[in-house]
Amino acid sequence: MTTQIPLTGQEPETQGAAPRATDQPLLEIRDLEVAFSTGAGEVKAVRGANLTVYPGQSVAIVGESGSGKSTTAHAIIDLLPGTGKVTGGSIMFDGRELVGVGRKTMEDLRGREIGLVPQDPMSNLNPVWRIGTQVEEALKANGFQGTKAERRERVAGLLAEAGLKDTERRARQYPHEFSGGMRQRSLIAIGLAARPKLLIADEPTSALDVTVQRQILDHLETLTSELGTAVLFITHDLGLAAERAEHLVVMFKGRVVESGPARQILTSPQHPYTQRLVASAPSLSARRIEEAREAGVESVELLAQHADADVEKVRSEDAVVVAKNLTKIFKIRGSRPGASTDFKAVDDVSFTLGRGRTLALVGESGSGKSTAANMVLGLLEPTSGSVEFDGVDVARLSAKEQFAFRRRVQPVFQNPYGSLDPMMSIFRSIEEPLRLHKVGSAKEREARVRELLDMVALPESAMRRYPNELSGGQRQRIAIARALALKPELIVLDEAVSALDVLVQAQILELLGDLQRDLGLSYLFITHDLAVVRQIADTVVVMQDGRVVEHASTDEVFEHPKEQYTQDLLAAIPGRDLDLGLVPPAV
Amino acid sequence: MPENIDVTGARRDQPRRGQEHFVAPVDEGGLGAVDAVSTTQAPKSLWGDAWAHMRGNVLFWVAGAVIALVVVVAVAPGLFTSIGPRACDLSQSLSGPAAGHPFGFDFQGCDIYSRTVYGARASVVVGVLATAMVVVIGTIVGAIAGYFGGWFDTLLSRLTDIFFAVPLVLAAIVIMSLMSTRTSFTVALVLSLFGWPQIARITRGTVMSVKNNEFVTAARSLGMGRVGILLRHVLPNSTAPIIVYATVALGTFIVAEATLSYLGIGLPPSIVSWGGDISKAQNSIRVAPEILFYPAGGLALTVLGFIMMGDVVRDALDPKARKR
Amino acid sequence: MRWYIGRRLLQVIPVFLGATLLLYALVFLRPGDPVAALGGERGLPEAVQEQIRERYNLDKPFLVQYLLFLKGVFTLDFGVDFRGREIVDVIAGAFPVTIQLAVMALIIEAVFGIGLGLVAGLRKGGIFDGSVLVISLLVIAVPTFVIGFVLQFLLGVKAGLFPVTVGRDPNFESLLLPAIVLAAASFAYVLRLTRTSVAENLSADYVRTARARGLTRSRVTGRHVLRNSLIPVVTFLGGDLGGLMAGAIVTEGIFNINGVGGTLYQAITRGENVTVVSLTTVLVIVYILANLLVDLLYAALDPRIRYA
Repeated sequence: MTTQIPLTGQEPETQGAAPRATDQPLLEIRDLEVAFSTGAGEVKAVRGANLTVYPGQSVAIVGESGSGKSTTAHAIIDLLPGTGKVTGGSIMFDGRELVGVGRKTMEDLRGREIGLVPQDPMSNLNPVWRIGTQVEEALKANGFQGTKAERRERVAGLLAEAGLKDTERRARQYPHEFSGGMRQRSLIAIGLAARPKLLIADEPTSALDVTVQRQILDHLETLTSELGTAVLFITHDLGLAAERAEHLVVMFKGRVVESGPARQILTSPQHPYTQRLVASAPSLSARRIEEAREAGVESVELLAQHADADVEKVRSEDAVVVAKNLTKIFKIRGSRPGASTDFKAVDDVSFTLGRGRTLALVGESGSGKSTAANMVLGLLEPTSGSVEFDGVDVARLSAKEQFAFRRRVQPVFQNPYGSLDPMMSIFRSIEEPLRLHKVGSAKEREARVRELLDMVALPESAMRRYPNELSGGQRQRIAIARALALKPELIVLDEAVSALDVLVQAQILELLGDLQRDLGLSYLFITHDLAVVRQIADTVVVMQDGRVVEHASTDEVFEHPKEQYTQDLLAAIPGRDLDLGLVPPAV
Repeated sequence: MPENIDVTGARRDQPRRGQEHFVAPVDEGGLGAVDAVSTTQAPKSLWGDAWAHMRGNVLFWVAGAVIALVVVVAVAPGLFTSIGPRACDLSQSLSGPAAGHPFGFDFQGCDIYSRTVYGARASVVVGVLATAMVVVIGTIVGAIAGYFGGWFDTLLSRLTDIFFAVPLVLAAIVIMSLMSTRTSFTVALVLSLFGWPQIARITRGTVMSVKNNEFVTAARSLGMGRVGILLRHVLPNSTAPIIVYATVALGTFIVAEATLSYLGIGLPPSIVSWGGDISKAQNSIRVAPEILFYPAGGLALTVLGFIMMGDVVRDALDPKARKR
Repeated sequence: MRWYIGRRLLQVIPVFLGATLLLYALVFLRPGDPVAALGGERGLPEAVQEQIRERYNLDKPFLVQYLLFLKGVFTLDFGVDFRGREIVDVIAGAFPVTIQLAVMALIIEAVFGIGLGLVAGLRKGGIFDGSVLVISLLVIAVPTFVIGFVLQFLLGVKAGLFPVTVGRDPNFESLLLPAIVLAAASFAYVLRLTRTSVAENLSADYVRTARARGLTRSRVTGRHVLRNSLIPVVTFLGGDLGGLMAGAIVTEGIFNINGVGGTLYQAITRGENVTVVSLTTVLVIVYILANLLVDLLYAALDPRIRYA
């Protein structure tokens, strides 16, 4: 796939599977303690972590947000944010102690010995410098000797190596002219520019579309194994970790709760936290269902609630939402006057959602799934085509009818930080729809709020709190409670669980399932994550570039995907090829 | 995906040193219920949070004390001195401190202490009035432009640009020189007439970012009207930067009033003001420089109080700045 | 980029027309008759008044007056003032020294504001940061005119380090103290802006990534922290040029400089409306052009704007 460029200057001594080094750890972290000093005293972010990486090996730290996984990684190269400080333990790298070394030593080490591929490609490249310049910096800072022309050639080579095409031109462009995937490739080029022995990959692809994610991880893997670079992955995705690393370190609240060979952790997790994590990871549960079906096991537990959903059958039965040839065209203002272009965000999309069912609209960014959802919500008017809710065209409602329609259809959005008004108490947030629609007396409304909080498994005491005091998962529960307040028939869940940690995500999905069963709700579930779909949806509509690619029952999509794009999406679910060994192979 | 879990090639039966299967003792992890709501802490609104943060800041108390003092002096100068600011005795001209006259006398033989005390009112009145007017005009223009967008935005933004294109002091000098009657109110009016574009710009920007929040879309899905959303959700969430700017602006308006009075086109001599007194003191700076110190000190202290308060409020209301 | 400049230039037109109309209206629509007031107590003979009115287009409807004035602006023919001097000459006499003063002040505030702000931002929370911040607060709190004659008195009169007044023959040396006084308030703002901007950028992701690729601290500071922090500072500085020229009225008064401020002040007190409007119009043009320049500079500093 790529041609390796000969290394100039000093070649790292330990390369690839050089036999001498394999028994000597490259990185050895012992009893690491990291603390942040805040106004209220010291907060320990990492407590007694142990970790070992051998040359050329891939190791992954797995954990949820706040587990201390990124902090551990940043401690290695002394790039802890703010007031963070290593307060104890040791970090041995290639036989040298890194804790407490001077700034100069660390500057020499960074880039040359230890590279970093950071998390968010959007914010990690300086917007005011050209891509080429930023790669070149990495060369110059790490002792690359050569003329300007040689440097430029090398930069182009590195970018090509990271999988970018037309590198001469690309090097002269600015970060904002790159897509997310291209930026991440540039960051990989920067991280590997000086041929470090260890590459720290901090959630290198979590901000990217799944199919791009897959490509980049594959590429990174080929590249590092060619170069013999050891990789320390930091990730929240157990499936991804197990697929990419041979050794896993599971962290929880600053501690290592379990570590060991990837397969062993996955198949027989010992610590209760790891067990929960393994049980909840959507990528793994999707795989679990798969394995179960392959083995012919039709266990109720594994297959959750989704019954046999036949697309044809849903069409004939009681339909809540019927979208017919839905099309939405946006005018994009060009860089010059009169240069506006039409952009078809949604192109001839049709689907039917049966009462009490869940339909998932799946697609990557720019697929038009959210635009379609907004048309169902009646927030956007379709350019052509129609959305019928309970037999009535949503776009043709009178003001009064529309107000009534709003009671019956409610949304829950992705961002748990943006979906609640930070100025309003939880009580007022949930009560607002009731008050707006003049439901009940003040007393009755309060009783209803209590009831709703109970429904989403939150204590009544949460009523007096404010959104900033709650976690992401709790806010999402509040958002669900608010959506339920008016007893709607349809809930549009726009990436409603995508921003949540794995365990919380599993909880919310479970809650949604229970609510659907108890209240007979219909869900329109918008997501980019096919793995989650397997657990919740009856029917799947796969969208790409505004069009419907595939429309079938969930089982059919997962087992017999007809279209190449669907197959690509499925292949992109991390851990899909893992042998979980939960079910004995089919005889 | 090819099976290449072990990059080094050799599949090992035994994990290497340091990579054996390790399981932490369960109790150590403190594995609680996933995502429990804290029941111990008292609920805190954003404002409550900001207040708690401010309370712990020494500067808040310093600035607050200064502002409180100045306001009390402005409201009831009689509490601080029994001598009238216009009870002047030319025979006392430029004589130094004496019993009952701690700051001495100015060129016209007026008691400097009394004049300094009575001068506070003009500054505070102009500052508060101008700020209030600027906040009202700026917020309305900015909110409408930012929230409704389209033609409203184009029109109001250009209008804002036009008023922004005329420097505040220049405009104030031109207009004040044309005014036949000059009072604290007219000075405040003129300052606010050309002072609102800043707040309008700030409000417009904030409103535009707040209206993209999902809670606004959620309110739309509830069937709430556009104006209702603006008043109930968007504006309350846009107040923080306006408050911060208004606090600092109060200080700059006081300086602007003093500058106009110093130039002789602000408040007339019949109104006791620090700016006017500074202007008079300048004439005798070579013989009695200390006369200048008192009105200038009062002015500086007042402005300092408001600017410091602006800093404190910004720190308290901006969680991003607070983290560091 | 071409379209960005084009759009920006187009936006200048309504702003220019609006601002000049506003000033013109303020000056000419005020109650009272400047011509009648010309001859002092007795007043001029009716015929002479008529002549003057005709000559200054005061007999025509307001909008026509304004349009004729605009025509004058574009043909650089502002007419003559009541004393018979060509207003273009008045402008040409007044502006050079004010521009020199404003540019000197701009350089002073930029150099010291950015320099001290950078150090304070890099060491946020330290003693240096704290003391610099207190000084900047004091400088903002004490009005320019107080700083002006205190410095004039202390450094000029008492210590004799600087000329006390500038007078007819301004040069670099005599303008230095006035420039420092003029720069004082803006210097404090530049300092505070740089400090916040630097502190914010220090914790930006791309700065950490730059460090992670092995750049030395000085290179990270120069190429990444400072370079990006300058974007808002430059915007402020450009917008401030116009503000400095307008604010020079006070400073010029204190140091007896015959610049725009002094001329304008005299014109205002004499009721020479044509001169007032002409001078303020030129000031507004300078202000608008400076802001336009800032926007273009902004595009040069921030590549994201160029394609927006």
